[in-house]
Amino acid sequence: MSAVLETRGVDKRFGAVTAADEVSVAVTAGERLSVIGANGAGKTTFMNLVTGHLHPDRGTIHLSGEDVTREGPRQIARRGVCRSFQIPQLVEPMTAEENVMVAIGASGRAFGRLTPAHDGRNERDAQALLDRFGLGPFAERPVSELPGGVRKLLDIAMALVRSPQVLLLDEPTSGVSADEKFPLMDTVMAALDPDVTVIFVEHDMEIVTRYSERVVAFYQGRVIADAAPDVAFADTDVQRHVTGTIAGSAAGAA
Amino acid sequence: MHPATTRTLLAGLGAAAALLALGLVLPDWLLFTVTKAIGTGLVALGLVALMRGGLVSFGQGLVYCLGAYAAGMLSTRAGITDAGLLLLAGGLLPVLVALCVGPLIARYRGIFFAMLTVALSMVLYGVLVKIPAIGGSDGFTLPPPTYLGWAPEAADFALYAVAVVVAVVAATAARVHFDSMPGMMALAVRENELRVEYLGASVFAVTVRNFVIAAGLGGLGGTLNALALGHIDPLFAFWTTSGEFVFIAVLAGHLSVVAAFVAALILEMVRSYSNRYFPDTWQLVLGVFLIVTIVFLPGGIGSLWAGKRRREPAPVEAPAE
Repeated sequence: MSAVLETRGVDKRFGAVTAADEVSVAVTAGERLSVIGANGAGKTTFMNLVTGHLHPDRGTIHLSGEDVTREGPRQIARRGVCRSFQIPQLVEPMTAEENVMVAIGASGRAFGRLTPAHDGRNERDAQALLDRFGLGPFAERPVSELPGGVRKLLDIAMALVRSPQVLLLDEPTSGVSADEKFPLMDTVMAALDPDVTVIFVEHDMEIVTRYSERVVAFYQGRVIADAAPDVAFADTDVQRHVTGTIAGSAAGAA
Repeated sequence: MHPATTRTLLAGLGAAAALLALGLVLPDWLLFTVTKAIGTGLVALGLVALMRGGLVSFGQGLVYCLGAYAAGMLSTRAGITDAGLLLLAGGLLPVLVALCVGPLIARYRGIFFAMLTVALSMVLYGVLVKIPAIGGSDGFTLPPPTYLGWAPEAADFALYAVAVVVAVVAATAARVHFDSMPGMMALAVRENELRVEYLGASVFAVTVRNFVIAAGLGGLGGTLNALALGHIDPLFAFWTTSGEFVFIAVLAGHLSVVAAFVAALILEMVRSYSNRYFPDTWQLVLGVFLIVTIVFLPGGIGSLWAGKRRREPAPVEAPAE
C-alpha cells in the first residue's frame, strides 16, 4: 500500500544538537503508529517537521506522494494532517462549543460570510462532535473551567473537524489520571474513522502497547526501531535507550 | 437573511431614527460635540476591530489624517465639497494605503506592530509639516461641505445627520462582522494564534482584514472631524492624537460597538468641562477616569450592557468519559 505520509532522509539540527538524523518513516492509511523515545530523542521535532512547524535542513516530506517539505502548518492542515497538543491549545475565554465552532470556521465553513457564528447549523455540528467525544454536557462551559481530561478530549475533537487523513496526537494521556487514560484513548479511537492514520507520541508504554500496531523509537534524533510493539520492545537498543529495561540512558522514559 | 442579522439591522435603523430626532432638539454647541465624538468614535471602533484580533495600533493617526487630508485636498484643490464624495474619498484612501502597508506589518506582533504603526504615522506627520504648499505645520481651512448641491443654513445639524448615518451604518456593519465566523476567528487569533494556524486558518489574512477595516473607519472618522472643525493640520497624524484613540478604545472595550461612541463622547465631554473647570489639568481627570475604568470595568464600559448574552451553563456532574 502506498504511503500517506512519508519522510525521506530528514535531518534537522539546532546548533550542535541533532534533533533529526536521516529520519525515514512511511505511514499507510489507517495505520496506528506510536512514536516513542526518551526526552530529547526527537519525537516532538518529528511531529513539528511533519506538520510544517519546522522545515528540515535536508531530506523531504511527502503527503500522498506530493512533496510538502516547505509548507507551513496551515497548508499541511488543509492537506488533511491535523494535530492535537501535549498542552491542549484551546481558546480560553470561549466555551467548549465555541472552540469547536472556531475549528469549523477555520475549516472554511461559513468563512467569509456574514452569517452569525452562532448560526443553528454551526451549533448543531459543534454539538454533534462534542457528543461523539462525550463532551456534550460541557458545551456551554468556558474551557478554562474544564478538567484536564476534558480539555485533552476537546483539543483532539477540534483537530477532527477537518476530517483529517492523518491525525497526530502529542502525548494524548499526559497530565491525565491513571483512571482516565484508557477511557480517554478508547473514546478517541472509537470516534475515528478506520481509514484515518493515527500517529501518537507517547511516554506511557501501556498506551503504546494497547493502541498502536507499529512503534517507531527515536534516540538522539535517529530511528532505532520501526516494528510491531512486541518486536520493538524486544530490541536491545529500545530497552537500553527508551524503556530502560536494560541499564542505559533512558532518562525520562516511563 | 439570518434573523439575528435582521435584528441588528432593525436596531441600527431604530438608533438612526432616534439619534436624528434627538439632533432636532440639541443645541448647536452640543451638536458639534456629538458630531466630533462620532468622528472620533469611528476611529476607535476601527481600533476595537483591530484589538479583537489581538493587536493595538498606536498610530491610527495615520489613517485619521489621511482621511482628513484626502477630503481637505479634494475640497480646496478640486472644488469638490459634497459631503458624500468627501467621505467616500476619505474612507477609500486609507483603505488603499492599508492594503499596501497591511501585508508588510501584519507579520509583526505586540509592541513591534504598535511601534511600526506609530512610526508610519509620524512619517506622515513629518512629511506634512515640511510641505508649505498644503499649509505645513499650520494646515489649512476647509470650505463648508454641501449635500448633493445643497448648502443648508443649519450646517451643524446637516453634518450631525450625516455623521449619525455614517456611524449607524458603520456600527451595524461592525456588529454583523464581529458576530460572524470571521469575527469569531479574530477573537481566536487574539487568544491562540498557534492553534488557529494548525486548524488551517490564516492569522495573516485575519490581521490584514482587521487592519484594512480599521483604516476605513479611521479615514471616515478623520473626514468627519475635518468637516466638523473646518480645519486640518499635521497634528491629526501626531502620536498624541493616536494615543487618544487608544484611550477611547480601552475605555470602550471590545464587547459593544456602541461603547466606542459612548467612550468618545465621554472623552469629548470630560475634555470640554475639565477645560472649563480644571484648565491645564484635564488630562489628569481623563487619566483617573481611565484607571477607574480599567480597575472596575476591565472589559470596558461596554461590559456594562454587553457580554452577558452567554447562556448560563447547567451544572455538570458526570466525568468526561
